[in-house]
Amino acid sequence: METTQSYFFMDMSVMLGRSMRHVFRSMDTIITVTLMPIAMMLLFVYVLGGAIQTGTDNYVNYLLPGIMLIAIANSIGYTSYRLFLDMERGIFERFHSMPISRSAALWGHVLTSLVSNVISVAVIILVALVMGFRSTAGGLSWLAVAGILALFTLALTWIAAIAGLSAKSVDGAVAVAYPIHFLPLISSAFVPTASMPGPVRAFAENQPVTSIVETIRSLLSNQPVGNEIWVALAWCVGIILVAYFFAKRVYQKRV
Amino acid sequence: MENMQNQAIRVEGLRKSYKQLHVLRGVDFEVAKGSVFALLGSNGSGKTTIVKILTTLLKHDSGNVTVNGFDVALKPDGVRQSISLTGQFAAVDEILTGRENLILIARLRHLRNARQVADDLIKRFGLTDAADRRASTYSGGMRRRLDIAMSLVGNSQLVFLDEPTTGLDPEARIEVWKIVKELASSGITVFLTTQYLEEAEQLADQIAILDKGTIIVSGTLAELKKLFPPAKVEYIEKQPTLEEIFLAIVGKNQEN
Ligand SMILES: Nc1ncnc2c1ncn2[C@@H]1O[C@H](COP(=O)(O)OP(=O)(O)OP(=O)(O)O)[C@@H](O)[C@H]1O
Ligand SMILES: [Mg+2]
Repeated sequence: METTQSYFFMDMSVMLGRSMRHVFRSMDTIITVTLMPIAMMLLFVYVLGGAIQTGTDNYVNYLLPGIMLIAIANSIGYTSYRLFLDMERGIFERFHSMPISRSAALWGHVLTSLVSNVISVAVIILVALVMGFRSTAGGLSWLAVAGILALFTLALTWIAAIAGLSAKSVDGAVAVAYPIHFLPLISSAFVPTASMPGPVRAFAENQPVTSIVETIRSLLSNQPVGNEIWVALAWCVGIILVAYFFAKRVYQKRV
Repeated sequence: MENMQNQAIRVEGLRKSYKQLHVLRGVDFEVAKGSVFALLGSNGSGKTTIVKILTTLLKHDSGNVTVNGFDVALKPDGVRQSISLTGQFAAVDEILTGRENLILIARLRHLRNARQVADDLIKRFGLTDAADRRASTYSGGMRRRLDIAMSLVGNSQLVFLDEPTTGLDPEARIEVWKIVKELASSGITVFLTTQYLEEAEQLADQIAILDKGTIIVSGTLAELKKLFPPAKVEYIEKQPTLEEIFLAIVGKNQEN
């Protein structure tokens, strides 16, 4: 008991190193989580941006929060894919027959999702800076942005974990990603919700991504965040708790 | 007590059902330390189920199961410290190279000289040329060898091999047999499952046959042979094969 516990963080970091290799060796993953969001940012700023009225003079500033969330949402299918394969190919069985903590393998995947998203979001911010993104936010606001992004990542990652652990096929495992991909598109990520027709607007204004986008936007432009930040946090923490509970249950049942 | 010390595995009255399917209905056997034990059974007889219970991957319904002196239900960590498993389907990480796979396991077993351990196993298992290629490019035989090599990281004294040669060509099968014989001669206890009597004959000191949820016979090969009807001489009229006819005709023509 004691030995497996005291090695927990060491084991988890070995697991992290392993699946980070999976991320870096998959061109597909890199394209979907980093290059595609950047391409979208270029498209919206240089092709469509002229026609979009957001009430801000700098459209990159308006766009960046949504693009970061899209990058994170795009990565989620890969997390469930990697989890599914480990389950399917007996890799988890191999780990679980060894004297290492049972949850180290699962947490390794969760940590990989966090770390790989930190990297892709950092690259996206760098590109945005080159495209003219400017922020007057202080250190504390940036810290808050990082925290919210991390919570958003964790929330989606635990949803992905449920899918990856309970799926019967690869298709089933990655299907979880599709509805999640849509959330940023039907939000205030690209245009203010006020410009949308009634029902779409009602959906957009009451789904988690809009409150998260608005909060990050306010933080980065030094505006007061108001109530929006609490709505955003409630969404993220609520999803994390529920999804974590179910993911844990599926995991314990399957292993 | 003395008997316990010589026992690597002890299974008494083991039962396991999947819902309505009663797979194991009271299985008993013992495996002596340092021996090679073959569990023989047809498809779906429950071999993998037994392996999973012995390696703490699956909980049993009832019965006493002790591995290296640890009860699998009460002291699973103790069991895991002292065994290694090569599952029925090669569990290698396909994205990683052979070397990286071995280093991964060595790190998870908290060995200090992970690289050295990996290098040694690569040499021993004839994977030197392929060591730095991704495992996804390996042939079935190479993959199995890597899989077994990964299980030997950390020098467990008890090794489980679940159908190690199923799906391999004859050459690869003989390579795996060689590995098992080497393990046996170095004093490691080997628990293997197989569908082939010939494989059990080749490798095992003790053979147990699993059928309809129980062990129907067990013992050494010699003991098992005694149970079968004695060999008798029979005369059978043998039809010539097409090949023999062909050779006969061709041979005659050449003589002329
Ligand atoms: N998780 C499960 N749920 C339900 N039934 C199962 C499960 N695992 C195995 N079985 C059934 O239990 C029986 C024994 O399976 P097991 O895998 O132990 O057999 P086996 O001897 O290893 O067969 P094989 O030679 O094909 O590997 C089979 O009928 C199988 O379908
Ligand atoms: Mg089997």
